[in-house]
Amino acid sequence: MDFMLTEDQGALRTGMRTLMERRFPRAALRAVVDAVGDAVGEGTAGGALDRSLWRELGAVGFFALRLPQAVGGVGLGLPEAVLAFEEAGRALLPGPLVTTHLAAGLSATGLSVAGAAAEGKAVVTGLDATGATATTGATGATGATGATGATGATDAVLVEHLASADAVLVLGEEDAGMRPAEEVLPSAAAVRSVDPATPLHRVRGETRALRQRGTAARLRREAALLTAAQQLGSAARTVELAVAHAGERVQFGRMIGTFQAVQHLCASMLVRAETARSVVYAAAITEDPGDVAAATLLADEAAVRNARDCLQVHGGMGFTWEADVHLHLKRAWVRAEQWQTAAAAEEELAARLVLTGAPCL
Amino acid sequence: MDLSCTEDEEDFRHRLRAWLAAVLPTLPPRPDPADWPGRRAYDCGWQRMLHDAGYAGLHWPEEAGGQGATPTQHLIFLEETERAGAPYVGANFVGLLHAGPTIAAEGTAAQRARWLPPILRGDEVWCQGFSEPEAGSDLAALRTRAVREGDTYVVSGSKIWTSHAEVADWCELLVRTAPVNQDTPKHRGISWLALPMDAPGVTVRPLRTLAGTAEFAEVFLDEVRVPVSHRVGAENDGWRVTMVTLSFERGTAFVGEVVACRRVLESLARTAKTNGRWDDPVLRRRLGRLAADCAALWRLTQWNVSEAQRTGGVPGVGGSVFKLRFSQVRQELYDAAAEVLGPDALDAEHEWVTGRLSSLSYTIAAGTTQIQRNIVAERILGLPKGR
Repeated sequence: MDFMLTEDQGALRTGMRTLMERRFPRAALRAVVDAVGDAVGEGTAGGALDRSLWRELGAVGFFALRLPQAVGGVGLGLPEAVLAFEEAGRALLPGPLVTTHLAAGLSATGLSVAGAAAEGKAVVTGLDATGATATTGATGATGATGATGATGATDAVLVEHLASADAVLVLGEEDAGMRPAEEVLPSAAAVRSVDPATPLHRVRGETRALRQRGTAARLRREAALLTAAQQLGSAARTVELAVAHAGERVQFGRMIGTFQAVQHLCASMLVRAETARSVVYAAAITEDPGDVAAATLLADEAAVRNARDCLQVHGGMGFTWEADVHLHLKRAWVRAEQWQTAAAAEEELAARLVLTGAPCL
Repeated sequence: MDLSCTEDEEDFRHRLRAWLAAVLPTLPPRPDPADWPGRRAYDCGWQRMLHDAGYAGLHWPEEAGGQGATPTQHLIFLEETERAGAPYVGANFVGLLHAGPTIAAEGTAAQRARWLPPILRGDEVWCQGFSEPEAGSDLAALRTRAVREGDTYVVSGSKIWTSHAEVADWCELLVRTAPVNQDTPKHRGISWLALPMDAPGVTVRPLRTLAGTAEFAEVFLDEVRVPVSHRVGAENDGWRVTMVTLSFERGTAFVGEVVACRRVLESLARTAKTNGRWDDPVLRRRLGRLAADCAALWRLTQWNVSEAQRTGGVPGVGGSVFKLRFSQVRQELYDAAAEVLGPDALDAEHEWVTGRLSSLSYTIAAGTTQIQRNIVAERILGLPKGR
C-alpha cells in the first residue's frame, strides 16, 4: 500500500497546474467574468467558451486522458483524471469539462462526436434525464448540471454551456446517448446563472436517442467523482487565498493572520480540504459507489464552506466583485448541484450501512 | 496511488486472522471497568499471548526486541484485531506505544535491556507523567522539579490525568532540571526519567471523571529519589526526546478507534432499522453523513501511514489534521447514537451512553482542538505567530 502520488502522477499534476497558469491565468478568468458582469440585466445566459483553449486542452490529452494509446489516447486511469480535474477546479476553468471528457470515452461505440470530443474539437455538455423524474428517494435528485428548478418543479433540469456546445450527453436511468445541441437548444430557456462563468439553460427532461446500453451508472459515477475533484481543487485554492490575505492585511496594527479567530478559520479550511482529498483520491482508486458518494459529499462541503470562510477572512473586500472569492463560491454551488446532491449521497451511504456484504472501510 | 496490499502483507493478514479466530474464544470474560487489578491482569494476559505468538512490539525495531514490521503491516494488525473484537492494548498503552519506543530510540543498551523485554511480555505496566494541573495544554510549563544530589534526582511536584497510575510499575516522568530564565527557555530545562511507582514519596489519588468512574489519577511526588541512571537522553533534553516519540505514533495511534467507529455506526443503523427511527430521513441522512466521515478518517490514516512509510517514520502534517477531524466525528457519532436510542440515551449503563460521555474528552486530551488549530495555522499553513 502506498496511497501517495507516484512520481509520474506528481509530474502530471505539476504539468496541469503550469498549463492552467499559462493558458488560463487570473486575467483570463476575470475577462470571462467581467464580460458577463457588464451584461447583467441584458438577459444573456453568459459568455461563450474559448474554443482555442478547448482545443489546446484536447491537444495535451485532457479529454483523451483515459483512452487507450492504440486509439490516440494517453492511456492513463481515473486517479490521473482526478488529478487533472483537481487542477482545472483550482483554476476555475469554465466549461463542460466532465461531460466532454466522458464523451471522448464513448468513441469505441461509434458515437460520432466522441472523436472530436477527445481532440477538443467538440464541446459536449450533459443532461441527467433522471433528474427530470426523481427528486427524492434513495437514488436522489440529481440534475445533470443541475437540480430541478427554483420553484421545485420536477420537469426540467439545468444544462451548462448549452449555447456553446456541439452535443449533449444524455444520461438516462440505464442508458446513455448523445444528441446534437442544436436540437435541444430551441426548447431550452436561458437562466441568469448565479455563476457568471457558467451559463445555464433550463431544459425539459430528455430521454430520447439513448444508444449506449447500460453505461449510465458508470458515467454518472465518474461524472460525480470528476466533479468532486474540481471541488477539491477549489477548496484547496481558497485555503491558499485566505492564508495569503491573512498574511498581508493589517488591522489594529497587526496582520490579521496573527489573530487566533482568523487562524482557526484557516485551520478548519485545511482540515476540510485534506479530508476531502483523502476520499476523492481513494474513490478514484476503488471506483466503489460508496466511496464516490463520500467523495462528492465531503468535496462539495469543502468547496462551499471553504469559499464562505475565505470570503469571511477577506472581510468587506470579500463581498466585492473584484475579489475572486465569490467566483469559487458560486462555482462550488453549481457543482454541488451536479450529478449527486448531498441528500442523494447521504441516502446512498445510509443504504449501504445496512447492506450486508458492502465494503465498509 | 495504490491501496492494495502486497502478497506478503495479505499473507500476514491471513495468518493473523487465523490466529485471532483460534485464541479469542479462549479468553476469560472481560473484567468490570471499575476493577483495576482485574483490568491489569486481563490486559497483561492478552499482551503475553501476543508476545508468545510473535506479535509483541510489531512496529518496534528488531534490535529493541520488536518485529520490525512495516507501517502497513502495523496498520493491518490494528485493523484486524479491532475487527475481530480482540482486547485493546489497555493498560499497556503507555509502555507499548510511548515509553517503550522512547527507550528504544533514545535509551542506553542497559536501559533497553532492563525495561523493554518486560513491556513486550506484559510483565510491567507503565503510566505517563506529563500533564500537570497548572500547565494544561502548555506541556512545557511543567513545574515538577528534580534536584540533583550526586547520582540521585530528588523529585517533588504533582502530575494529573495519569491513566493506569494505580496499577503501573513505572512512570515516564517529565521533570524540570533547570529553572526557566533568559538562558534556559522552558522547553530546554526538561528531563525524561523512569520513575518506579513504588518509590517512597509517591502517592496516587484516583480522579473521578464526569462518567462517574476513576479512569485516571493524580500523582503526588514528595522528595522521591530517582537514580540518575534512570534518565533517558541527556539532562535538559527531555523535550526533544518526548517530541520524537510523540510524533512517531501519530500515523497509527487511532487505527483501532476508526474501525470501532465504523462498527458502532453499523450497529446504530441496524438498531434504527429495528426501532423505527430509520424512517426519519433526517436521522438516516445523518448516519449516511457519518459513514462518509468514517471513510475519510480511514483514508486519512492510510495516507499518513503511506507518508510515514516513505519518509522512514518521520511524520508529516497529517497528525493534527486527523486529530481535529477524528475528535469531532467521534462526538457527532455518539450524539447520533443518542438520537437512535431515544429515551434510552439517559441510561448511564448503556454502552453507547458511556461512549458518549468518554467522547467528550477527545477534543481536550492530547492537545485540545484549539491547540491543534494553532498548530495547523502556524506550523502547516505558515500564518504569523499569534498571541
